Amino acid sequence: MAIDLRTVSITPLRQTFGHLARRMGADKPASRYIEATMDLQPVENYHYRPTWEPQYDIFDETRTAIAMKDWYALKDPRQYYYGAWTLARGKMQEIAEGDFDLVDELGLAAAYPAAGKDEALKVFLPLRHVAWASNLNKAYVSSYGYGIAISQAACYASMDQLGVAQYVSRLGLAFNDLDALVAAKSAWLEGAEWQELRRYVEDLMVEKDWFEVLVAQDFALEGLLYPLIYERYNEKLNAAYSPVFSMLTRFQREWFGETTKWMDSILKVAAGDNPANKAKLAEWITHWRERAVVALQPVATLAFGAEADAIMEELVQNLNARAAKAGITL
Amino acid sequence: MDMKVAKKLGLKERYALMTRDLAWDTTYQKMEDVFPQTTYEGIKIHDWDKWEDPFRLTMDAYWKYQSEKERKLYAILDGFNQNNGHLSVTDARYINVLKLFLGSTPPLELMAARGFSMMGRQMNGAGPRVACQMQAVDEYRHFQTQIHSISNYNKYYNGMDEFAHQQSRMWYLSDGKSFFDDAITAGPFEFMVAIGFAFEYVLTNILFVPFISGAAYNGDMAAMTVGFSAQSDEARHMTLGLECIKFMLEQDPDNLPIVQRWIDKWTWRGTRKLASVGMMMDYMLPKRIMSFKEAWEMYVEENGGALFKDLARYGITIPKCFGQTVEEKEHVSHQSWIGFYMKPEATPFHTWIPTPDEMDWLSEKYPNTFDKYYRPVLEYLDAQEKAGNRYNNKTQPMNCQVCVSTMKFNEPGDPMEMCFRESVYKGEKFHTCSDHCKEIFDNEPEKYVQTFISSHQGLQGNCEPDGTDVKAPDFKPGQNMLDYWKLDKRALGDFNGSEDQKNFAAWREQATKN
Repeated sequence: MAIDLRTVSITPLRQTFGHLARRMGADKPASRYIEATMDLQPVENYHYRPTWEPQYDIFDETRTAIAMKDWYALKDPRQYYYGAWTLARGKMQEIAEGDFDLVDELGLAAAYPAAGKDEALKVFLPLRHVAWASNLNKAYVSSYGYGIAISQAACYASMDQLGVAQYVSRLGLAFNDLDALVAAKSAWLEGAEWQELRRYVEDLMVEKDWFEVLVAQDFALEGLLYPLIYERYNEKLNAAYSPVFSMLTRFQREWFGETTKWMDSILKVAAGDNPANKAKLAEWITHWRERAVVALQPVATLAFGAEADAIMEELVQNLNARAAKAGITL
Repeated sequence: MDMKVAKKLGLKERYALMTRDLAWDTTYQKMEDVFPQTTYEGIKIHDWDKWEDPFRLTMDAYWKYQSEKERKLYAILDGFNQNNGHLSVTDARYINVLKLFLGSTPPLELMAARGFSMMGRQMNGAGPRVACQMQAVDEYRHFQTQIHSISNYNKYYNGMDEFAHQQSRMWYLSDGKSFFDDAITAGPFEFMVAIGFAFEYVLTNILFVPFISGAAYNGDMAAMTVGFSAQSDEARHMTLGLECIKFMLEQDPDNLPIVQRWIDKWTWRGTRKLASVGMMMDYMLPKRIMSFKEAWEMYVEENGGALFKDLARYGITIPKCFGQTVEEKEHVSHQSWIGFYMKPEATPFHTWIPTPDEMDWLSEKYPNTFDKYYRPVLEYLDAQEKAGNRYNNKTQPMNCQVCVSTMKFNEPGDPMEMCFRESVYKGEKFHTCSDHCKEIFDNEPEKYVQTFISSHQGLQGNCEPDGTDVKAPDFKPGQNMLDYWKLDKRALGDFNGSEDQKNFAAWREQATKN
């Protein structure tokens, strides 16, 4: 039985802020995501030009080759404002914590076969540096992106990658203590398998077009790297040994699944805005996808040996399919 | 719960593994190309590893703490809104504090979010970069929770609905805008001194404690909870600002004069912004916490004094403006409120003349100045208002070229004389409100000639509502400012007789009587 609880009812003068009513086309209540996001970044009457890049305004649409009629069309389908984001991550970290505790409690790391451990750590652990680069490159997008819709999503993604770098580090410590991190860093800096990947992320650190950085880092690179490692490689280890690594990389897998929805939606909306965007995005995706394949090939070989080429080929097809779904013909 | 690693590692080492050990010096691209901004200001850093992490929070711990805080905060906001919490505030005049706050604060928190994101990208030490990124994401939290807490008030009261539109257009908000625009367009080290140190450390208490306490004293549980919830974030931000100063000073003796100049500049710029906090405390809160003067003594003179004593070992001296701020603490709140009262058609919040017992409170709190200088003005304005001759200044104000405040502050040592200063740059005259603003201008005239002063811009036809035909023969610039601001007429002028006043009384009656 529904009970009709009564509260004193007062008729409001308005349902929402003026800028939101104009945007929604009606004076109706706005969600917390909309209130926290839309039309908040200043767009006019700046006082000074940046001393560090005087050719631009503080926030400047011309920092990217992408043009948008409305920058707030780049909405986040997850509707992440800070509160929603941090609650979602709070839940994920609670599960991760439980997983790490369980592995510790049951001594699963120590019980893991030595061969499997070596095989796994040499693939997983240098990824802490890849995540760190991702943190930096996403910070660039959140710094210079236009509008709060994109800047906040990139800011949260950047912090997520710091979290990933820390979870990977923790995984290494759980399995092989400090040695794991030292070995991984030296592989990252000098190991032949990792140099193309390191070159890729370093090149992005000097790329000036923030939208291109987003496409290259989040779509092209992570769109291949995450399925390669956190799906395929995990499956391989699960089959050969035990699902411990799957447990300890659950955060990354969930993160990628969720973030993909955001990324694909951004591409679709940007490509749909005008034909020049579509062409530009196709150009960037093609260019960076080719480079990402070169960068990841040695890592794939490290992980899969002779099967690497076939797996990479399949992942590239999946990535192309994502682009096609976003309306981008490569 | 912190990242669990082998027991032999100390907290500091563990945190280093989780942050700076992730970083490396790039070799495929030059480090100076990856981090191009940290040299041109003249600050010399020899060893970024000497940076002491001001706090050690890994992301898992961050998410755990912050999500707990968010869950509680939004539960309280929902309850407050559902229960018509707005009717439990002391007096509808209080809501004008929220109007002032909404216009002036969330837009600046947003600029802090963007600015700290830039620092989190540009600092080439991994330690400071992570700390700045964490502050950036916190600042997203702050502007969003502030907007969410005030959103429900906007449904019932006038003057809050166009804050986003007004943030870059309203004349009285341009002091805050110029403050943050100035900081974000400076180099990264100056930004850290401006926002991280002067704003978040030296002045943060006097900025936020009065708003939060004011909310608590006046029955506004929504704003109060947002404020309290932000405090643990602010504590982190303060340690970051201080660490940054110490780091610069420890790295090279040549940094001292640069840092000192920035501290002088930004303490003054911040002080100018505080005039509106003063009028909020002394005039707008129906139930007062303490006077602005008392707050200044406690938070700035005592706490700030102790801070600068602590920094003396680095050679830092107390900001040059300190003496003047001490003198001004007895004046600025009155000058500001009277200034706003005199512009009844130009702000989205109401003004009023204090009641007789409120005037007595001001006399008691300001024995040296209130009865002598300000009570007579307020009583005169009151008499004029009652006689149907309400004062209304319709002219364009003159503004300071640096802080953009309207010229209303007095000559040091002479409360009866308005203070003006003048500089000439490339044959053109520029006006400033004080010796300190003049010095800031003279140090960097090429920057401050750019200041967007809305009274000038309005007269030049640059502040017209969208769709205005500036080529029309009868076009007169500056005639449509209300539309340019999207200023709701119901939000203007006197509190007495306003729709807010009537609605609040009627709704409270409806909520409390049968």
